[in-house]
Amino acid sequence: MAEYTWPEEGKRKHIGKRISRVDGPAKVSGKAKYTYDIIRPGMLYMKVVRSPHAHAKIVSIDTSAAEKMAGVKAVRVIQGPGTEIRWAGDEIAAVAAVDEPTAEDAARAIKVVYEKLAHFVNEADLSAAPAAYRRQPTEQKKGDPEAAFREAEVIVEDTYGNDVMCHCCLESHGLIAEWVDDNNLLVHPSTQAVSGNGGELARALQIPAGNVRIKMDHMGGGFGSKFPIDRWGIEAARLSKMAGGKPVKVMLERDAEMAVAGTRPSAYAKVKVGAKKDGTIVAWESESWGSGGPAGTGMPPYPYVWQIPNTMTRHHSIMTDVGPQRAWRAPNHPQACLVTMGALEDLAAKLNMDPLDFVLKNIEMTGARSGVYRDELLKAAEMIEWKKIWRPRGQGGVGSSGSLKRGLGLSLHTWGGGGHASNCDVTINSDGTVDVKMGTQDLGVGTRTAIRIVAAETFGIPIDMVKEHIGDNSFPSSGSSGGSTTIGGISGSTRRGSIDALNMLFEKIAPSMNTTADKLEAVDGTIRVIGSPNQSMTWKQACAKLGTQPITARGKNPGPGNLTSAGVCGVQMADVTVDIETGVVKMNNFVSVQDCGLIIDMKTAESQVFGAMIMGVGYALYEEKIMDSQTGRMLNPNMEFYKLAGLTDIGNFKVHMMTGKGYDERGPIGLGEPPTVSPGAAISNAVANATGVRVSTLPLTPDRVLEALAKERRG
Amino acid sequence: MHKFEYASPKTLDQAVALLGSNWSEAEVLAGGTDLLSLMKDFVETPKRVVNIKDIPDLKGIRMVRDGSARIGALATIDQLIDAFGKTVPAISDAGMGITSPQIRSMGTLGGDLCQRPRCWYYRAGYGLLAKGENGDALVPNGDNRYHAILGNRGPAYFVSASSFGPALVALKARILIHGAGGKREVDADKFFVAPTSDSGREYDLRPNEIVVGVSIPSTLGVRSATYEVRQKEALDWPLAAASVALKMDRSKKVTEAGIALGHVAPTPWNAAEAASWLVGKTVTEDVAAEAGKIALAGAMALSRNAYKIQLARVAVKRAILKAAM
Repeated sequence: MAEYTWPEEGKRKHIGKRISRVDGPAKVSGKAKYTYDIIRPGMLYMKVVRSPHAHAKIVSIDTSAAEKMAGVKAVRVIQGPGTEIRWAGDEIAAVAAVDEPTAEDAARAIKVVYEKLAHFVNEADLSAAPAAYRRQPTEQKKGDPEAAFREAEVIVEDTYGNDVMCHCCLESHGLIAEWVDDNNLLVHPSTQAVSGNGGELARALQIPAGNVRIKMDHMGGGFGSKFPIDRWGIEAARLSKMAGGKPVKVMLERDAEMAVAGTRPSAYAKVKVGAKKDGTIVAWESESWGSGGPAGTGMPPYPYVWQIPNTMTRHHSIMTDVGPQRAWRAPNHPQACLVTMGALEDLAAKLNMDPLDFVLKNIEMTGARSGVYRDELLKAAEMIEWKKIWRPRGQGGVGSSGSLKRGLGLSLHTWGGGGHASNCDVTINSDGTVDVKMGTQDLGVGTRTAIRIVAAETFGIPIDMVKEHIGDNSFPSSGSSGGSTTIGGISGSTRRGSIDALNMLFEKIAPSMNTTADKLEAVDGTIRVIGSPNQSMTWKQACAKLGTQPITARGKNPGPGNLTSAGVCGVQMADVTVDIETGVVKMNNFVSVQDCGLIIDMKTAESQVFGAMIMGVGYALYEEKIMDSQTGRMLNPNMEFYKLAGLTDIGNFKVHMMTGKGYDERGPIGLGEPPTVSPGAAISNAVANATGVRVSTLPLTPDRVLEALAKERRG
Repeated sequence: MHKFEYASPKTLDQAVALLGSNWSEAEVLAGGTDLLSLMKDFVETPKRVVNIKDIPDLKGIRMVRDGSARIGALATIDQLIDAFGKTVPAISDAGMGITSPQIRSMGTLGGDLCQRPRCWYYRAGYGLLAKGENGDALVPNGDNRYHAILGNRGPAYFVSASSFGPALVALKARILIHGAGGKREVDADKFFVAPTSDSGREYDLRPNEIVVGVSIPSTLGVRSATYEVRQKEALDWPLAAASVALKMDRSKKVTEAGIALGHVAPTPWNAAEAASWLVGKTVTEDVAAEAGKIALAGAMALSRNAYKIQLARVAVKRAILKAAM
């Protein structure tokens, strides 16, 4: 029976090294084709008629003019008369035409009459939410918060929050659907769920799941917003059917992408938190609200990470007539982190404690992995030179000058990230090459690279002898990429499949080496008898013995052996300069210290953290889905006023990954989400440290910073 | 995008002849960094697009020995930065504020001066003056965080997005215009106007006229600067900007001053009172700050943009200090 473990540190040839992603050259040279790039023969273009109103009832739809237009091949009503529309941009009808301009003209020729209804799109002010848009508040209580607050010696109360933001995938949502015959559909989507989308489409179209083929080589960002095939995807398949099976391409225009293809919910909370004079946290109370659109939104986990003994929470889920929320990297965690770590930083300031000392003092309250947090805090503090630069709130950190005030802020976070279910076929060919087939997807994070590394490591061969085949649902099914579950899932299945395939090869060649399979090992391109390195043959010689029959083994996750775990910690520290005359916040340095078990590829792991930090600076300082209360429409559905962080805005990043004993033996754990959690809190805390005032709501725009300073002056 | 006729004249007279007698007939295409987006979004729907890039008369930057300069309307932002980087920082600073290399490479001076507002209601199809279904102005009751704080009594509430306009006003430049009725010149300060109807424009041009260039009076002995308050360094609009042109005597006293603000009003805003107050003063931080206060004395916040008054004061102060440095 094979042993399913990871190689020890000294024996790793590829795992944990800094390996460039294998699809990098194709991407930088433009050879990599994204869904957006794909043009199928005879392809039609789909355009969607969208509601201009946030809340309305459809009275009538007249598609006759569009149907008569030259070049229009199919027209469909998606939501008919009588339907109540709950957000601007919702899909009403769709057309497919020979080119994009014709499709757009046809969509504009569809006449929809609406009965406008009152809308509500801005929930930041809880008191302004109409009764019809509020759900019954939920309450939770732990311990005896009333008594604990009576005994608390220092209490702070303030409001914290962040506005709704968009995923803003650079490749918008969309797909190309085509019927290859009457019963079989071929789809090229931009998706996080290659193995899952086929069944979803099949259900909608009432055809057998096996009749839907999904293919995707590369995708340009999902961040949690690209799991479903979506109504526009299903409509593309229907239009294709109406057009005799011709491929129909739908890619959301930027404004539609921003208006309807997902948001991260807002979160606002009035928080009261109390401590003893020595800094021991004793009680938490919060009244929170937020919205993720028509379905409202649940309460983020307040208080976050910290297991405060006495807590009382009350949450209002507010509905709005805004395009619905979708999972955004680590759903609910960034919001909970901002609110919690913001309140705790303010408490530390009132206690006249350095927040680093304050969190270290209370670190046991973070639970079972408090030792990891402690190590990460100390490492991050060293990297950002906390003790050298930090000064008490409002005094200005070292390097402050004139109106430029420098400040440091810290935060910590957690995430699960256990590996998802994954299957793969690992084939050893007689020429020595290896193929791994798996119905997974690479979101641009290094999944292809990780598959190659794990297989090559197992076989003791260079990574370029392994070819991964992914992005196709005809390959063994593998989970969707959400919850930071992919690296655990695909590493587990690839490792097990490779170990099994290798053992099958050992069985095959052992007789010719006068030994048994259990005495063989694969190292450095050779197969040799353990303990007798001279008794060996090259990997290629061994594979040649396979003749015309390659070996294929099915790898699975979960499976035998403990190859993956769940649960990570992470600490981030931000160093900012705030111009208190203009309210403009600039990033100086930003440090992230993160654990994620065994790191398969150090380079792509660090890259994941860099990406998360860039996105973090964006949502901390710039990003907001701005809704107009008068028209009910999004005012900034573009990349002009929906502001993303650019290279010159992010400052210097430093990333440290925790590795070695205590980490590596846990196996790979997902990393896509955890480093996106803390940036808002760390940067907000740094701004509070620099300016001496709390800017309650993200993004930390100049108007908000100046208003917070003015409020402090007014007293 | 609606279908349109494309014309590519080779001479100025041909170009002018191709323009219409009202604004909906034709649009001038220069760098093309904005017009095509406006057309794709059906915000502007010209029947004819007149490409002027093939007209040689509109190209080039001519520096005259007396310190004056004549700039063709087709001079690109990059060319302006190169030409004036050492001599007239007010111009090159403004150009550097356009942080997209692509736009700096394609965008032109004429296009910058005639650039349509970035007001998000206008860009969403609510018309130049941003009116709702009932004809009410959307800006005063809406989200006006980026809108005007000066000259904002209506009906226009947007801000001029021109990067070079404030510098040209501060430098007392003149805009050179060619139309069906011949040539004319207008002070940069007078060129920009706040429209009073949706069919109006933000500049003093008739539909059959085009900007052919700009003449800048001698800048010998002029110290100039532009300062933009920007939230982002990467591609973004300034929240407020100021351009300053100063002459100072040997004792560092200001003898002549021009101050103009950007992104605060429907036009580049000539802060003439602040400029004349500055004359005779020695520039210090306090003097510069006071000039900023005077420049914004008539400012009035809309519901969401009071912060811009502070930012504009700071922009004036810092531009003066930068110019005098």
